[in-house]
Amino acid sequence: MTTMASLSMPFASGLRRLFGNRAMLFGAIILVIVVAAALLAPWVAPYAPNKLSIINKLKPPSITNFFGTDEFGRDIFSRAIFAGRISLLVSLGVVFISTVLGVILGVAAGFFRRLDAPISRLLDAMMSFPDILLAIALVAALGPSLTTVILALGITYAPRLARIVRGSTLVLRELPYIEAAVAMGLPTWQILARHVLLNLASPILVQATFVFASAMLAEASLSFLGVGVSTDMPTWGTMLASGREYMNNAPWLMVFPGLAIVFSVLSLQLLGDGLRDLVDPRLAKES
Amino acid sequence: MTETTTTKRPVLSVENLTTSFKTRDGWKAVIRNISLHVDAGETVAIVGESGSGKSVTALSTMRLLPAGRSRTEGRILLDGRDLLAASEAEMRKVRGGSIGMIFQEPMTSLNPVFTIGNQIAEALVLHRGLSWSEAETETVRLMERVRIPAAKARLHEYPHKFSGGMRQRVMIAMALACRPKLLIADEPTTALDVTIQAEILHLLRELQREENMGVLFITHDMGVVAEIADRTVVMFRGDMIETGKTDEIFATPKAIYTKSLLASIPRLGTMGAAAAPKRFPEVDASTGIAVDGREMNPVALSVEPILKVDNLAVRFDLPNGRVHAVEDVSFDLRPGETLSLVGESGCGKSTTGRAIIRLLNPSAGSIVIGGQDVTKAGTRELRTMRRTSQMIFQDPFASLNPRITVGSAIAEPILAHGLMGRKDAKARVSELLEQVGLSAAMADRHPHEFSGGQRQRISIARALALDPKFIVADEAVSALDVSVKAQVSNLLLDLQEKRGLAYLFISHDMAVVERMSHRVAVMFLGEIVEIGPRAAIFDNPQHAYTQRLISAVPIPDPSRRGQTPPPLSEEIKSPVRPFDYVVPKRTYREVSPGHFVQDAH
Amino acid sequence: MARIAQALLKRLGGMAIVLALVVTVVFIIVRVTPGDPAAVMLGSDATPADIAQLREKMGLDAPLLMQYGQFVLGILQGDLGQSIFLNQPVTTALAARAEPTFFLTLFSILIAVGIALPVGILSAVKRGTIFDQIVVTLTMVAASVPSFWLGLILIQVFAVGQGWFPASGYGGPETPFFERLHHLVLPAVALGVVNSALITRFTRAAMLDVLGDDYVRTARAKGAGEGRVILKHALKNAMIPIITVIGLSVAMLVAGAVVTETVFGLPGVGNLVVSAVLRRDYPVIQGALLVVAAIYVLINFIVDMLYILVDPRVRL
Repeated sequence: MTTMASLSMPFASGLRRLFGNRAMLFGAIILVIVVAAALLAPWVAPYAPNKLSIINKLKPPSITNFFGTDEFGRDIFSRAIFAGRISLLVSLGVVFISTVLGVILGVAAGFFRRLDAPISRLLDAMMSFPDILLAIALVAALGPSLTTVILALGITYAPRLARIVRGSTLVLRELPYIEAAVAMGLPTWQILARHVLLNLASPILVQATFVFASAMLAEASLSFLGVGVSTDMPTWGTMLASGREYMNNAPWLMVFPGLAIVFSVLSLQLLGDGLRDLVDPRLAKES
Repeated sequence: MTETTTTKRPVLSVENLTTSFKTRDGWKAVIRNISLHVDAGETVAIVGESGSGKSVTALSTMRLLPAGRSRTEGRILLDGRDLLAASEAEMRKVRGGSIGMIFQEPMTSLNPVFTIGNQIAEALVLHRGLSWSEAETETVRLMERVRIPAAKARLHEYPHKFSGGMRQRVMIAMALACRPKLLIADEPTTALDVTIQAEILHLLRELQREENMGVLFITHDMGVVAEIADRTVVMFRGDMIETGKTDEIFATPKAIYTKSLLASIPRLGTMGAAAAPKRFPEVDASTGIAVDGREMNPVALSVEPILKVDNLAVRFDLPNGRVHAVEDVSFDLRPGETLSLVGESGCGKSTTGRAIIRLLNPSAGSIVIGGQDVTKAGTRELRTMRRTSQMIFQDPFASLNPRITVGSAIAEPILAHGLMGRKDAKARVSELLEQVGLSAAMADRHPHEFSGGQRQRISIARALALDPKFIVADEAVSALDVSVKAQVSNLLLDLQEKRGLAYLFISHDMAVVERMSHRVAVMFLGEIVEIGPRAAIFDNPQHAYTQRLISAVPIPDPSRRGQTPPPLSEEIKSPVRPFDYVVPKRTYREVSPGHFVQDAH
Repeated sequence: MARIAQALLKRLGGMAIVLALVVTVVFIIVRVTPGDPAAVMLGSDATPADIAQLREKMGLDAPLLMQYGQFVLGILQGDLGQSIFLNQPVTTALAARAEPTFFLTLFSILIAVGIALPVGILSAVKRGTIFDQIVVTLTMVAASVPSFWLGLILIQVFAVGQGWFPASGYGGPETPFFERLHHLVLPAVALGVVNSALITRFTRAAMLDVLGDDYVRTARAKGAGEGRVILKHALKNAMIPIITVIGLSVAMLVAGAVVTETVFGLPGVGNLVVSAVLRRDYPVIQGALLVVAAIYVLINFIVDMLYILVDPRVRL
């Protein structure tokens, strides 16, 4: 049977399916470009992000300044590349915090019957707050800074992950191989690590991708509102916020940072969707 | 039922039917050149294992396969009219009008958000032009016709309030609403318990006689075929292997595949004078010739039991009452012995097994393993106990962690209990894999690289890793295909003899139980109603339920057709009781040495 | 009906627990401020006397448990505290800004659902066609667009460029009602379109899921036409998860409204919160969080009740 052959090489078939899914491949390529540009910013960007040039202020896109210049004559293209660093850093931090918190809470609620009700109610309460609003309040309470933005968004998105992890754990717990592990007298930590967490890796990865996308949008919103990272730190959100004043005369100030957000988020969504289809063939029929 | 064949022209005639599915590599035929016909009043069975294409044949006939991704060629003549040439609007009149259809999964085949009455009436409204209120009277009549008790009262209930058997009756009522000429039944009893199956088959036969309708019956169960089919079509991997009168196919099968299929099905009443279990016949797949297995060793009665269960009870609380899942269950099990727990779904047999392994906490009673009471054992004592008792589960696909190599899975308990170092454990894994008929080189592979039967062998190897004294095998061979079932059962028997293992063999499959057991306990509604030596239970059943259970098993022999029990048509009573329910004390009488029967109450 | 009444009571109990937790979470959030909130609020120019006065006014000197008790007591009496900068009760401040937020949320949910349900259903039914592929692509893109950015673009095109709609503002109470609503068109479209992406994708997925179910095959085997199969048998089952996601997206709309209001200069609750954060007006932040979360819990409750109407299997 042909399926047996492809199953015996999970990695190769995974690669084949990655290339079979053009949307996911497209997402992966954009993400690689965005990440590479951010990592290599000092080498990739044609100008220093804060290099002022008053003569060149508010210039439209041209050969020398691909995305035009802002009110101080700074190169938007270079700034957008450097801003990508902060935006990606924030989002990564958010993914890390929310995944750690979410997995702990979710596995605890899903695996230990006694903890389920209290944790689930707490998650319900946390999820009653609209994400941006909760993040704003947390940033306000903790005082605005890069760290607090990451922390606030991490706390905000942790319940989402916890919900998914809890659901998957509940299903896993009933599976015969977990029961077999219990019947064999394995210590609980070993059951959790080897049998539960190992099998949760895929759904967590998928969900983390979506949290990554949400965090990117949320960070932009916070920065745009002026309640996020400091305005002299270029992120796509702060660029939009400061470009807003000039948008009637210099629309490129908001078009390009906006597109940077759209493409980055889109790439993550495509990737997440593709991953989910790879991981859960039952959902694959969606696309 | 040849006497009812009145018309010459068949109701349905399928000629050279080929159906292909669109795949990544282009169109792929899943059934090839199928030709068959069904006369009025006749039952034709299509029989085959999973993947034989029997369901695709049925769905193609109804043109229910997705249009873009499937292609059907050939001719399907219904009363002489070719359905493949019919328009979609004409097909809608045929579906539910001239052809009724029922499916395998009664639990999911009814729409959960509409009432039973609404769903049956819909067929009447669609095809007979009745108004919804006119349809209601007719619906009640139909429900009574398929023997649904209190039909009028249940009209407005939703499907989730109905048991599987009752839902299948609803499906039949719906399929027969417009008096179709042909009924297509796609594994209609596979998901049902054996006594319910007997009732549904009985009902179908009766309705068929009354309506003189043709029935195309799809099944994998040769017993069911022998029970109902006038003619039989045998399919294998999309091809028609053999077709003919059912009697002739059973008496003188021509194709080798049919021969080996018939030879490998477990049958009731093949034990002869044996007292101990007997290995299943070994079938040579190239010739289809079978050699019956030998009898295993008897059990020494003088040995002290390894497991003693006394007055075990497991109860769960629901918002609306208490489930008495297991109540007052007592038995013991000696080394080298197999005690089978049999009964139908919900009877408490699996719960009993899981309570003994302490995957569940018993509510009352005691469990003594090797002289040590483990009923209330804490974490530390449980760990010790887990070295003596192990469990094998039903689903071979969910029994192994997909992310861990099988070698690592088998070594895991050895390492966790600190029995050996890594190196010795590895050698032990190789040894265990060979003992269950696999090769040591397979240790580095992941579960998805194995077939269902191989996975079940791996689960057995894992259960043996701690060298347990007894194993709870919960429907351990039930999910396997017929030939594999026999092989894995034989493996269990061999291991038992070699290691002196005791099995608590939980199964609903009476034919397998008869081969495997030294003793049998029959459970009904959480209680043991009869327990005794295997021969006593099967040859001399005393309790009314045991008698029903044994006689309901379809026998793969058309000459013994019609010996199924009279229909009961009652919902099985539920083990849910009010919170203040006092469990009555049951009494047992000993009919012959070691054979106990619960007194009537 | 007794079934529904019984379920209602049970759900009310659950709702009370979640609300109590919401109150506690809000209380904790505002108190995790490092340092003295009063000092933070007044800024670096404040004298120690000013700070002490504000501390007393806010009840910050009392033990934490006492503060919590007073907080809960106040909520039960409908008192959410006093805004320091607006110099008015938080409830008054919120009420004065409720109208634009309410209508903005309402319109955008109508737009979102109005687009999502038909498009999602059609896309599932016509799965794999060009139409479906376009829908899948567009929803994917739309879900990646920040709603405030879409708002900025809409302003450029339709307000600044075409002059069809006002670019910002809402008008005071003296402005005619419909003119006020006219101000909401662009923001509602910006929010609604972005959120319709999520609901469309979900509707499509739910429909696809249901269309593969056995009872749909049963309906076809009964001779039901495609229209009946989709609109009767499939849709009612698909509505069960779709209702949930619509309920969820209300919360997302409120979150989106916070930003959108700022873009369009709408004097709504979102605007109030943002300015409160910039001024560290903790009582206002606290009150707004509480009200919004309470509304969300209420919507969830309504969704639960709708379940009972749609799904007879819901355990009571």
